[in-house]
Amino acid sequence: MNLRRFPATREVSIAVLAFLYIPVVVLTAYSFNANRTATVWTHASFDWYARILTNPSIQAATWNSIVLATAASIAATGIALMAALATRRAFPGRSTTESVLNLPLILPEIVVAVATLLLFVSLGISLGLGAMILAHTAFCIPFAYLPIRARLDGLSGSYEEAAQDLYANRFRTFRRVTMPLLWPGVMAGFTLAFVTSLDDFLTSFFLSGPGTTTLPVYIFSAIRAGITPEINAISTVMLLISILLVSLSFFLGRLRR
Amino acid sequence: MTSSATVRRGLLLLPALAIILLLIGLPLGLMGWVSLLQKGGSSGVDWSAPPSIGNYLRLVWEEDFDGTMILNPTYLVIFLRSVAQAAVTTFLCLCLGLPVALWMAGLSKTGRNVMLLLITIPFWTNLLVRNYAWLIILREDGWTARAVNAVWPFGPVQLLYNDVAVAIGLTYSFLPFMILPLYSVFEKFDWRLIEAAHDLGATRRRALKRVVLPLVMPGIVAGSLLVFIPCLGAFVTPALLGGGKTAMLGNVIQAQFGSARNWPFGAAVSVVLLAIMLVVMTAMALWRNRRAAA
Amino acid sequence: MHDDPAVSIEHVSKAFGRGATAVHVLHDVSVTIGRREFFTLLGPSGCGKTTLLRLIAGFETADSGLIRIDGADVTDAPPFRRPVNTVFQNYALFPHMTVEQNVGFALEEQGLPRDQIRRRAGEALEMVRMQSFAQRRPAELSGGQQQRVALARALAPRPKVLLLDEPLSALDLKLRKEMQIELKQLQSEAGITFIFVTHDQEEALTLSDRVAVMQSGRILQMGPPRSIYEAPTHRFVADFIGDINLIEGEALASGGIRLPGGATLPGPAAAPGRVTLAVRPERAKIVPAGSGVIDATLVHSAFLGTAMLHKLTLPDGASFLIREADLSAPMPERGGTVGLSLPVEALQVLQA
Ligand SMILES: Nc1ncnc2c1ncn2[C@@H]1O[C@H](COP(=O)(O)OP(=O)(O)O)[C@@H](O)[C@H]1O
Ligand SMILES: [Mg+2]
Repeated sequence: MNLRRFPATREVSIAVLAFLYIPVVVLTAYSFNANRTATVWTHASFDWYARILTNPSIQAATWNSIVLATAASIAATGIALMAALATRRAFPGRSTTESVLNLPLILPEIVVAVATLLLFVSLGISLGLGAMILAHTAFCIPFAYLPIRARLDGLSGSYEEAAQDLYANRFRTFRRVTMPLLWPGVMAGFTLAFVTSLDDFLTSFFLSGPGTTTLPVYIFSAIRAGITPEINAISTVMLLISILLVSLSFFLGRLRR
Repeated sequence: MTSSATVRRGLLLLPALAIILLLIGLPLGLMGWVSLLQKGGSSGVDWSAPPSIGNYLRLVWEEDFDGTMILNPTYLVIFLRSVAQAAVTTFLCLCLGLPVALWMAGLSKTGRNVMLLLITIPFWTNLLVRNYAWLIILREDGWTARAVNAVWPFGPVQLLYNDVAVAIGLTYSFLPFMILPLYSVFEKFDWRLIEAAHDLGATRRRALKRVVLPLVMPGIVAGSLLVFIPCLGAFVTPALLGGGKTAMLGNVIQAQFGSARNWPFGAAVSVVLLAIMLVVMTAMALWRNRRAAA
Repeated sequence: MHDDPAVSIEHVSKAFGRGATAVHVLHDVSVTIGRREFFTLLGPSGCGKTTLLRLIAGFETADSGLIRIDGADVTDAPPFRRPVNTVFQNYALFPHMTVEQNVGFALEEQGLPRDQIRRRAGEALEMVRMQSFAQRRPAELSGGQQQRVALARALAPRPKVLLLDEPLSALDLKLRKEMQIELKQLQSEAGITFIFVTHDQEEALTLSDRVAVMQSGRILQMGPPRSIYEAPTHRFVADFIGDINLIEGEALASGGIRLPGGATLPGPAAAPGRVTLAVRPERAKIVPAGSGVIDATLVHSAFLGTAMLHKLTLPDGASFLIREADLSAPMPERGGTVGLSLPVEALQVLQA
């Protein structure tokens, strides 16, 4: 009797995997359906992909999303890297600091989004890309922070001691030893922050000004207006990008442990 | 610890703490204040209004035309529905997540890594898009609806825009939040303890109940918290899959900050949502402390 | 200046933490270590050896006291300004660099030109016979090979002092013995002071010019291996190093020491009162009953290959071991009474 095998867990697991992935498969399949009514399968085609490529609203939204995700995730990763280095060793107040850094993870996003809206409007900060970059940077920090911290925790302090022992000062030690060893964690953190920002809908929904719609916000309003094959196509593209980036970050996180 | 190290640490932490406190802490504080004000002005808030708890009272009572306060069940119902939906979703996630986590933990290292990736991917993909996929599957003229209606004996059913569709969507959205903490517990689980239980005369069922369950409890609690809290504040799923009559707290907040344009009232609903969250988390923390002390 | 010791540690104390939870790890430790000396810190795990070594390397700062290297006060100098290098217990080879880059690391930090770095890294690798692995990564080496690279890396900048923290503890027994010999050779060839940390008494005695035995943050006894072995001054040192017999006796005001059973020995000298005498098993002999200083009962004999080991019980119930190297000596009968001969010069009076 194998103690680790429990009856029916395998069957349930397979069912759960199906539950998780069938919607994705269905969506992808429909995005290749030539028929406009989207329920009647005619034949496979790339028409809708071609069409989203030439849709100016989608182009603009895509551009906004990319600019936003790039700016927010670079800022968040830099800030998170500094914070991770600072919280590496124990100090009084470390656990409080960590809780504050992880605050965006536990707070309901809609509450934070409307609160930020409230703050920006009452301070007279105009909504749009700048406002979104600020807000996204804040909630991306823990997504970048956690993989970097995990990497740092797995990094024995004796590498840095060895570097100092071999006459590297603090800065040289950071450049020649800490940073190269930390790099996969930094990249994993950056990727996760990027995906998080790219996929975000709620915060952007409340903070996007006129002309600064992001892709998820565009998709939401398009769905509200009625299901179209273009939505299927652009949604499929979004899914694929996330899957690729997350897989990348997963492998980076496991690199040379 | 020398003081120069303390200064260096402070400087390194400054940007992160400043951003989070200014862009999350400060807005939440401001929202608490605004929830006591009245709507008005161009920005939606009458800043000169005297603070009052009127918005909170409005959640339960409304003023009748002759000035008496009568019970208004609208928001109470939404509040109860949100809690019920969150609870049901948590329960469903637990029922599905436990077997999956248990099964994953028994796999080879490669198998575990593959499963971990497969479970993690939906966690990171676009919530909106994933709920939209369910919209396609469940919609009226879709093949799922037709198949269900072909076998359903009691007249035509609508799969979309009801509580069931929302429960499916929420479970789908938050299932990974349950599986991952459960898995991390099972991964570290010492399976020889079960052997020991068997050796001491426990049957399989008793071993599960007396040995596995108590040790896995922290994972169950963590996972439940991670599912329950975002469910409570869900907006996208009820907005896409729920109908007009199945709104949750998140929809109320969005409506008040959007079309209804009553920001102070929306702020009050948000504060209530935060308060529930705080109560749940405090209860969990107390439970954890008691457990640690025991 | 030329006669300055390689390292001198003066009244160094160190505690971790502050207030009530402080752990006092070193208590007023003073040591002077000469040039080209192979100096070993020996003691059980947790006695503060690593901490003392890390203070010399500069990874920790002393709470009080002074540390000089080559005469210069380095008490507050950071590790990268101290002319010492460390061989880490887990080697700490940089995983993202090749063997050659690891060994050349310090030379690059010292700003040497590229061709010199290559040459000296090559020489250092040659010293530990690892030249052919120069382009490998640490992960592609065995434990013993990593150990050699770690040595080469620490020797390449030609430090005044090399610090080694249990460098052999991760190796299996056979490799360990080989490396011990190599270490000793390297040290005499390179002409560098070695400060070596170990909890293995045999290793300490084999390798060192001088050994310091530590317990609970204090140095109990310091000296050449032979004197530590033959003339332990503390019960702890005697117990920690090799097999030893302890005899509880009483020093008499009239001189001499009364043993259990009533016999009196003329020496060694001790203050009147209860004393503990120590004697190594190979320094005592079995003689016919009545002709030794004490009579004892033979409990058990075992053949060790090169010697016989006899286990006796003294009149006060204490057990006593004798190692008899002369295999032709007459075999006493088990359970019988035998005499015990104890040369006075082999007896050591212990402090508690
Ligand atoms: N950074 C530290 N913080 C707290 N206690 C420490 C630290 N480093 C060492 N100690 C304590 O100091 C004592 C001596 O440690 P160490 O010098 O490593 O001993 P050894 O190398 O002889 O085994 C141990 O009790 C250890 O727990
Ligand atoms: Mg040690």
